Amino acid sequence: MTEASLPNARPPFEWPTEGVSRVAFETYVNPDLYALEQKALFKGPIWNCVGFDIEVPNVGDFLTAWVGDTPIVLVRSGPDAFSAFFNRCAHRGSTLCFEKTGNRKRFTCVYHNWSYDLEGNLKTVAFQKGVNGQGGLPPDFKHSEHNLHKLRVATLHGLIFVTASDQTPPLDDYLGEKMCAHLARTFSRKIKILGKYSQYMHNNWKLYMENVKDSYHASLLHLFFTTFKLNRLSMQGGLILGGDGGHHISFSKMSTDVSTPTEYDKEKLRAQSDAFTLHDPSLLKSWPEFEDGITHAIQGLFPNLIVQQIQNSLAIRILVPRGPNACELFWTLFGYEDDTEQEGAMRIAQSNLIGPAGLVSMEDGVIGNFVQRAINPNTDGQAVLEMGGHTVEDQVSRVSEASVRGFWQMYRKTLDL
Amino acid sequence: MSTLAKIDPDISALIGAYADCIDNEHYDKLPDFFTDDCRYRITTYEAYRAKMPIGILECSTKGMLVDRLNSMRDANIFEPQRYRHLLSTSLATRAADGTLTVRTGFAIIRIVQSGESGLFLSGNYHDTVVAHAGELRFRERLVVLDSSRVDTLLVIPI
Repeated sequence: MTEASLPNARPPFEWPTEGVSRVAFETYVNPDLYALEQKALFKGPIWNCVGFDIEVPNVGDFLTAWVGDTPIVLVRSGPDAFSAFFNRCAHRGSTLCFEKTGNRKRFTCVYHNWSYDLEGNLKTVAFQKGVNGQGGLPPDFKHSEHNLHKLRVATLHGLIFVTASDQTPPLDDYLGEKMCAHLARTFSRKIKILGKYSQYMHNNWKLYMENVKDSYHASLLHLFFTTFKLNRLSMQGGLILGGDGGHHISFSKMSTDVSTPTEYDKEKLRAQSDAFTLHDPSLLKSWPEFEDGITHAIQGLFPNLIVQQIQNSLAIRILVPRGPNACELFWTLFGYEDDTEQEGAMRIAQSNLIGPAGLVSMEDGVIGNFVQRAINPNTDGQAVLEMGGHTVEDQVSRVSEASVRGFWQMYRKTLDL
Repeated sequence: MSTLAKIDPDISALIGAYADCIDNEHYDKLPDFFTDDCRYRITTYEAYRAKMPIGILECSTKGMLVDRLNSMRDANIFEPQRYRHLLSTSLATRAADGTLTVRTGFAIIRIVQSGESGLFLSGNYHDTVVAHAGELRFRERLVVLDSSRVDTLLVIPI
């Protein structure tokens, strides 16, 4: 048993005295801290998004997911009810569901055929009364004491969240008004899933979440934006923070009329060779689909959910830690049920911008590893987060690390660091 | 029910030469393997089976393929790497109009500068091959990856 798995365990290093404008490199590599995160953060008072309700449309439909790195099952246990539990038989700990998705009337463990109803209650035990009066369970065995380990479930605008803690506040309160309003806006219409894939990254999960919350890097690391005039740090936009700073929305507005020069064109802020133009700019074609005029919005919800609108490319990304030095990002791309054929085609074309092969975002798949390989094992030292100041406040400028500091503020509060 | 067509040595040569072109880092030559009205896509077996419209990458025109190669050369940032393709025997069916539909299995080893060299991706090429000015070209190359998980990033075409 590691020290961190003990109650009230402390991480083996102190947080830097400067507060959230410094992060010790140790934070991204320490195995005891990783163990503490699994216990006190992912299974602590936070909500973990595990997918969409439409992924389990019928009673008995289930999907497997993770709370931190702990395998869980989410099942539609009634027409409007969901249940979730650790994907682990209460008998000897075997994996209950080894498929990604499926449908069950009951969950029966393959090892010894113990079976559970859709709410995770133990219903039957094979050979409970033994054979020919021999063997079997003792008469005082109580089924109700051997149910699956259940999680609380909450849904919001079609997103399903689970929590392992009784202390977690209601989902609305956890997310706060501003974050809920943005979710209501993004999921105001019925969605349909257009694509799914995952991206395995060789870095600590927090490095990816920092990257998501770091609007400062976008024009500097992702040169496709700059090269093709999509870089918009000079455009109208900003950062909105929520919760204890752990939630954020980074948004901007661009001219989406492709028939006229963009604002960026007019400003002549082009850092690229003029010879470099797209042979087929159809992947940049977009239409304004939100009344607020926001064309780019990245919403990061603590600890590991990202809701993405990059023009008309819409997705959620759920980040699953895979040990201190790796993580896996699960992308679900979506559109709306009432999309026209042309709108659907534009979403497909714009999907080239995102994901592991994303012309814009592919660098995010490796930048965390560029950090990880440099700080592990050379952990002495700290990351510096002073762009936009030292505080955790809404910002007009996106040349800011305020939402990264916000992430650390909520992280420290959650883990009492 | 379609029947297997005898594989023309020229088709094997086309598929082999394409892999050879990538493995030897002659990326600027890659568009030459395609017709002008080509389509090049990468998806996953899971998405392909579920008929999901979005896969990993979608070049619906040759221009988009050229743009992707330009972006790889001039815009995208990634660790220097190259591929080694391993190809299976190709299976082909011939349509009434002479168009060949060819399926070829592949595995790709990715080699990075640290010396690390390991299986990156595997899958099938689903090709539509036509004769163009006396030479065979891909009119469509659909790459169906076996796994839905991509390690780190995918920048060099498959």
